[in-house]
Amino acid sequence: MTGNHVIVDADLCKSCRVCVETCPNHCLEIGSEINALGYQAVRFDSEKCTACGLCFYVCPEPGVLTVIKGDVK
Amino acid sequence: MVKHAKPKGFYDQFLRKAPEGGPAAGTTHYCPGCGHGTVHKLIAEAIEDMNIKDRTIFLSPVGCSVFAYYYMDAGNIQCAHGRAPAVGTGASRTREDAIVISYQGDGDLAGIGTAEIIHAANRGENMAVFFVNNAIYGMTGGQLAPTTLLGQTTATTPFGRLEEREGKPIHMAEVVSTLEGPVYVERTTLSDARGVMKTRKAIRKALLNQVEHRGFSFVEILSPCPIGWKMAPVQARSWMKDNLEPVYEVKQFRNIEDKIRKSGRLPEADDAALLDMLVPKMEETALETSILDSEKRIKIAGFGGQGVLSAGTLLANAAIAEGLEATWLPSYGAEMRGGTANASVVLSSLPVGSPVVSSPTALLAMNGPSLDSFESAVVPGGLIVVNSSLVKRKVDRDDVRVIYAPVSAIASEVGFLKGANIVMLALYLFESGAPGIDALKSVLPKLIKKSELVELNLKLIKRAEEFYAAV
Repeated sequence: MTGNHVIVDADLCKSCRVCVETCPNHCLEIGSEINALGYQAVRFDSEKCTACGLCFYVCPEPGVLTVIKGDVK
Repeated sequence: MVKHAKPKGFYDQFLRKAPEGGPAAGTTHYCPGCGHGTVHKLIAEAIEDMNIKDRTIFLSPVGCSVFAYYYMDAGNIQCAHGRAPAVGTGASRTREDAIVISYQGDGDLAGIGTAEIIHAANRGENMAVFFVNNAIYGMTGGQLAPTTLLGQTTATTPFGRLEEREGKPIHMAEVVSTLEGPVYVERTTLSDARGVMKTRKAIRKALLNQVEHRGFSFVEILSPCPIGWKMAPVQARSWMKDNLEPVYEVKQFRNIEDKIRKSGRLPEADDAALLDMLVPKMEETALETSILDSEKRIKIAGFGGQGVLSAGTLLANAAIAEGLEATWLPSYGAEMRGGTANASVVLSSLPVGSPVVSSPTALLAMNGPSLDSFESAVVPGGLIVVNSSLVKRKVDRDDVRVIYAPVSAIASEVGFLKGANIVMLALYLFESGAPGIDALKSVLPKLIKKSELVELNLKLIKRAEEFYAAV
């Protein structure tokens, strides 16, 4: 992926949905697969990410989300 | 490029939490949607960005965040409940370059440790306090905290908090900002992204104050406890907006930027100066070293104010001047005058094993209650000196030597009633012989600061000598 995006470490997510509700462009959603901790992890699937980082800051877990700023041409 | 990733202020793997590694070592122990994780992340990010990891001392409280040391890659101290500001005071005063972070919850800071936080704030200690307020005791199962809202149901207020019963919620940021010590006080909220970003700014500001030695910073962070509140994480955040924030105003209370806390160690006395102040000057005396065949245990007892404790120190010091070992153990009530007091003095040629005198070889009874209390404890063959000016009865025992001496009257005749203790002590020294009366005379000027009193005391010793010769 070369555009702005969020990498989710799905095994660390506790499915609190706070990032889902926070993202201004609705780039995140709760997936259907159950992770190692027994939660349905969030997943990123969007072209609209601006790499603003709000999801990263509101997420209570240290390492679930990594925000990547894509190459701007 | 990576714009936001797990901050380096965290350990890479939380092996204190999960030594086996895996996903458990990558996550916190906090419940889904808990505010603590967000605050931890903001602090960890600030530590990384400000490059202060190697000099940060992170104080974990008691509460859910008791395990903050699992996560923060810094110096960590886990503090007793509510006492983090006291620990932080010690840490910041001994390590001047330390960035001290006191991380506390509302049960910890506003309930159990109220005194500690108030006084640390008032002294303006150089530390940053992050006060995570979720309005309940979360870890123990959601009980009422001082910060619980009126009407809020908790495990211990099933019908809601009632003003008449539990009082109103405490507003700690307001309380702290009434004090002059803090340089920065702000309340923020984690209810939405905007609040989180403002919290991020406040945390950085508080840590910057630390770096620049400005003093005490206090950031109260309203934080969700979805499990304790029995709500979904997203719902908990809207509950905060509707209920918490109207009660706890989110705003900056104080921001003083031109103050620098004086650095450098506070003035303190060195060992030599302290010894000089506390230990009487004892130059070598020409006294001969006495030898005691057996340990002497003396109980001096009377009213507070009769000088029984001073008589004890004089006796012990006289013994030391003669090369004996001595201990002095005072016992007295809460009153400075008029209560009962007694001094236990143990003298020996060998090191003293215990300073406690339960079976005295000599009892110096300055008043009636003292004789009543200790008469039966004196060892057979022991000595009892009775202040017959105040004690009207006779000693019941017939297996001890008794001297009846009107020591108060003798002292009064000299015009110095307070010197009755010296008369009593001198009588004991004449009777026992070790330490001798010369030892007492030699220590008097060193222990009694006023020279005219030394004269009076010498006069009293003379009168005691005359009385003893007549007995």
